[in-house]
Amino acid sequence: MSLPNIRSYRIGALAFAIILLCILPFFARPYLVEVAMIYFIWMILAQSYRLVVTIHDWQLYHVVLYGVGAYTSGMLAKNLGVPVFAAIPLGGAMASLAGVAITSVLLRTKGWGFYIATYGLAELIRLSWMKFRNPFGGSTGIIDIPYPPVVAGIDFSARIPYYFFSLGVMLIIMYMLYRLERSRIGDSFKAVSMDPLLAASTGISIPRQRLLACAIGGFFAGIAGGLLVHRLGAVDPKLFNITTMLYLLIWIVVGGTNSFWGPVLGVSVMYSLFELSRPLIQIRPMFFGIAMILVLLFMPGGLEGMVAKAAAWLRRLRGVQTAEAE
Amino acid sequence: MNTQLLLQTTANAGAVSAMYALIAVGLTLAFGVMQMANLAHGHFFMAGAYTVYALYALHDWPFWFAVAAAVGIGAVIGLAVERGIFRPLRGDVVGGFIATAGLMFVFEVFMGEVWGWGHMRQVPSPYMRAVKFFGASVSFQRVLVIPFAIACIGGLLIFMRWFRLGRALRAVAQDPEAASLQGININRMTALAMAIAGALAGIAGGLMSTIYAVTPALGGHIILPALIVVVVGGMGSVGGVTLASILLGFVMTFVTTLVDGVTAMMVSVAVMALVLAIRPQGLMGHVVT
Repeated sequence: MSLPNIRSYRIGALAFAIILLCILPFFARPYLVEVAMIYFIWMILAQSYRLVVTIHDWQLYHVVLYGVGAYTSGMLAKNLGVPVFAAIPLGGAMASLAGVAITSVLLRTKGWGFYIATYGLAELIRLSWMKFRNPFGGSTGIIDIPYPPVVAGIDFSARIPYYFFSLGVMLIIMYMLYRLERSRIGDSFKAVSMDPLLAASTGISIPRQRLLACAIGGFFAGIAGGLLVHRLGAVDPKLFNITTMLYLLIWIVVGGTNSFWGPVLGVSVMYSLFELSRPLIQIRPMFFGIAMILVLLFMPGGLEGMVAKAAAWLRRLRGVQTAEAE
Repeated sequence: MNTQLLLQTTANAGAVSAMYALIAVGLTLAFGVMQMANLAHGHFFMAGAYTVYALYALHDWPFWFAVAAAVGIGAVIGLAVERGIFRPLRGDVVGGFIATAGLMFVFEVFMGEVWGWGHMRQVPSPYMRAVKFFGASVSFQRVLVIPFAIACIGGLLIFMRWFRLGRALRAVAQDPEAASLQGININRMTALAMAIAGALAGIAGGLMSTIYAVTPALGGHIILPALIVVVVGGMGSVGGVTLASILLGFVMTFVTTLVDGVTAMMVSVAVMALVLAIRPQGLMGHVVT
């Protein structure tokens, strides 16, 4: 008789988590349901950011692309009367364009300079929201953004239907990114990050793959923005500042970026801690900053690396030879 | 814009340029030696400003002693960050970059908890006089930073050109491996670069503490222009960064005076994007292979 391998554990855990998330809104307090929706948004952001990270472009504009999605979707729905469910993907497309625009300017800038310049250009977009009161509402942002309509008798502006809508969107996006990582495109991204010269010599166009990565990543970040804005009904530039970007970095670095499950762990653990530490709001950033530095120094694989190590250790302990699926 | 305002704005722009230069030269020096630099560098500046606030404004130390202490504090923090973060993460550009991003949070909370959140700490100016020329008057305190920047950066250039230790720094920046084969201790050089960077940020923070309201958010405000200066000037190039700080200092000050601060920042970033689109390595940077 053989023990189940790690893959079936993973599928079991995933099924359990999804079932838990499906019954949660019927038992939990409304506040917790709202928090869970933000958690879904973080998950989309972290997963889409990891896609960009697999090609080693640790850009700092991801959160601003999320903002581009939010602003675009909100303004389309409010000012032009575009239906909410059409405005959200359009916001994603706009964010994707913005990401491609920024990266194409900086394609030849390398390393540290590239990271800094992405931060600068992200600020350019964000400051333009503050500067131009006319379309963007200045530093107070935009209010009265339409909520989703009633579709097939279900009122999506209510909490529970919107919860399931965001959950569905998150799961679809995660599945798409999961498949993408295992596709030819995903392989080419990894090849570029591991050895750019070798990758280029096998016929992979590095600039094209980098632009593709930020186009796809930006699209999903924009979708996350659309999900946020039609729940909040308002948007303002402060939501997308560098602090938010740093938190995204913390989630993903603490979780680990080596596999798809790193950001899942990172967002789940760190965002829960983030919500639980709300009473310590003033000094909270310090804990997260220290946590990230410690992970970088002592746990380069992040939480996901620790789990993988623990699993390997357990397997050795049992002396079971498992055929590792991956 | 009349002549008086023009002269006044020019003097202010000179002061801002000098401040940017003091901050950014340290960043670029550290970048040259380690191929990475410190995102929390603005918080070193803030530490210098708080040092002067604590010693001069609260404990009545003489102003210059307080500034000297700010330099020391800056250097010590620089050494600590080198030892604690950059040395263990050597070669890991992304890791160093992200870790210092985390450090921003740590410094900001630390300053906020020690000195109070949301309090604007005003440091009284030790020199009330104003410099008058052509009908414009500029406060002496504000332009004080200019001679200091010239002296510090000139001193640094001389040090890097004619002193053994300074040449060793440049050797490490050019080729760490070859430098260590010549018997240069890389660890000592990165420590030296970070100490100089911290000291320069400390002196800038100390001198400018009387101009800016000292708050825990000061570091976050100052870092973006400083980073833009480094990227525009060319990573690792002291001369290029000095040039870029003058450029950015004038752009920031004039646009702020004529339009507003948000627009000034936007124009600066646009200048950066333009420079990088044409010269990806910055104005005077070398192509990194």
